[in-house]
Amino acid sequence: MRILIVEDDEILGNGLTVGLQMNGFTADLATCRGDADAALRSGGFDAVVLDIMLPDGSGHELLATIRGRGDATPVLLLTALDTVADRVEGLDGGADDHLGKPFDLDEVAARLRALVRRASNRPTAHLEWDGVRLDPAKMLATRGGEDVRLSRREFKLLHALMERPGTILSKAQLEEKLYGFQEGVESNAVEVHIHNLRAKFGRSVVETVRGVGYRLREAGR
Amino acid sequence: MMRSLKGRLFIILVVMTGLVWLSATAWIYLNTRAEVERVLDARLMEAARMVSSLIDSQEIDVATATLEPPAIAVDPRSPYERQLTCQIWSLTGSLIGRSDGAPNQRLSDHADGFAERVIDGRAWRVYAVTNTKLGVQVLVGDNLDIRARLVRDVVKGLLLPMVPIVPTLAALIWFGVGRGMRPLDQLAAGLAQREAENLHPIAADHAATEIRPVVAALNGLFGRVQEARERERHFLTYAAHELRTPLAGLKTQAEISLKTDQEAVRTAALKQIVTAVDRTSRLVRQLLETAEAEAAAASARSGTIRLSHFLRETVADQAGRIEATGGRLVFDASLDGVEIVSKEILLALAVRNLVENAVNHSPKGGAVVLRWSPESAIVVEDEGAGMPPGEIERATDRFFRGANRSSVGSGLGLSIAKLCAEKLDGELELTNRAPRGFRAALRLA
Repeated sequence: MRILIVEDDEILGNGLTVGLQMNGFTADLATCRGDADAALRSGGFDAVVLDIMLPDGSGHELLATIRGRGDATPVLLLTALDTVADRVEGLDGGADDHLGKPFDLDEVAARLRALVRRASNRPTAHLEWDGVRLDPAKMLATRGGEDVRLSRREFKLLHALMERPGTILSKAQLEEKLYGFQEGVESNAVEVHIHNLRAKFGRSVVETVRGVGYRLREAGR
Repeated sequence: MMRSLKGRLFIILVVMTGLVWLSATAWIYLNTRAEVERVLDARLMEAARMVSSLIDSQEIDVATATLEPPAIAVDPRSPYERQLTCQIWSLTGSLIGRSDGAPNQRLSDHADGFAERVIDGRAWRVYAVTNTKLGVQVLVGDNLDIRARLVRDVVKGLLLPMVPIVPTLAALIWFGVGRGMRPLDQLAAGLAQREAENLHPIAADHAATEIRPVVAALNGLFGRVQEARERERHFLTYAAHELRTPLAGLKTQAEISLKTDQEAVRTAALKQIVTAVDRTSRLVRQLLETAEAEAAAASARSGTIRLSHFLRETVADQAGRIEATGGRLVFDASLDGVEIVSKEILLALAVRNLVENAVNHSPKGGAVVLRWSPESAIVVEDEGAGMPPGEIERATDRFFRGANRSSVGSGLGLSIAKLCAEKLDGELELTNRAPRGFRAALRLA
């Protein structure tokens, strides 16, 4: 899952980025409203962690902008003024959830997973497909009840594909899910991870749609 | 001086009333005495002449004459029953006749007219008239004690009613004063019942003219207290709000260092924690300084400040900080010998924050220069990146942190400097320097 963090405080921004990465997210940091707006225009984020006080405007304003152009990416507001009025303003302004500072990293991660899950209309926290089960909170993958050891990026890749079985994801889309802006992407990284997944789950697990991208077989077929 | 206004008024009124009464009594006493004397003297004179003429007309035999009490209508039981005493002496000195109860001793041995004499311990007022034709002198005397009693009784009649009247009057005055002071009591009661939070103005429409200035002054005070309290509340909310972000950062980094199994990540997180603690403690210090500046503005006294010495002392700790990055703090020669009169606490707060800001934004090896400009301003210049022009206006807003932010800035330094400048009736001017750098001028009034 790819998350955009919008936070102007360097230490908190860095902490959220590193902490969410440790929790299995791909995280990007924007330190002002302008940068955040630009990043969201480019798309590819599953959720946004948004601070209210930004040097060039407020989080509420950014929220109004992105909702105004029809962007429904789930937004978790970070509020320092933890008042009812503040929370109401955030939720009415289009935020999906809010969290008062200071917070637990685990709670941020859990709420983000819940937001993404809700956005994709899934009822449960884990994903299942053809006997493969992913638990994003624990970053555990099992097949037929047996643990399958996956690297962090393999897990993210499988997670991205399992969110919408049958949908084709391009190589570029998959790269976005795996790597933040700052992280260098090796040219054949996606191919390597797909190769590893096939080695662990069997050759037929990921379909290559030539010239377009990759997808999972639709379940039960 | 008496503390109670009511008691004071009461005593003044009672003393005044008493004095008026006493003077009236004294005046009546003197007047009555004079009148009594005049009337009784006239009676004496008349009685003496009457006796003389009675003898003269041979109607009374001088040799056998006894004088009955004169025919003045007097109640027989009255203490004035026996008022007049008469003696008739021959010019040769023998007592020819006397009235009942009159002493044998001569009432007076003077020539005709009035005289006073004490006989057997009793004071007499005597009128003498000589009848030369018969060769007798008629003496008619009046007991002075009786006169005194008469006057005393008149005055007693005036003073006696005072015994019940004085307490009644005092009670009435006390009640009246209480009534008169009621608006003040109501004001006091209203104030006493107020809760500490209630700083609404008192309605002055119905207040008495004398109380209205007090009410106005109180309302003014309420307004100022309300304002100060609002400011404090706003500030506390803001401070609590601003502390939450660094606390969240600290907590997040601490969680990372606890959870990670990579040494490099843990080290990086711990470094962030150290920076965060530095920044947070600086933020706390500056928040307190803001409060201090607000408080000092009201209480601090102006004093003469030797600028060069004062600045060196105030920013001594900053010299070490900038030298650690190879830079230096320069005290320009223009500061030497300058003496100003200002509030030291506020000036120190302003200068320390300006210099700290300059040091934070100085490049490696950069110099921060302090100088005294002719338009009586303390100038702090650095060689940093300056500020985008659009930001200068907002630079003194609380917690504003611009694009060229330093890693330890809190966004409070310049706002404190501006606050101090305002409290010193001065001005803070911020400008970019050409080709690079930033200049803060604290112009003093």
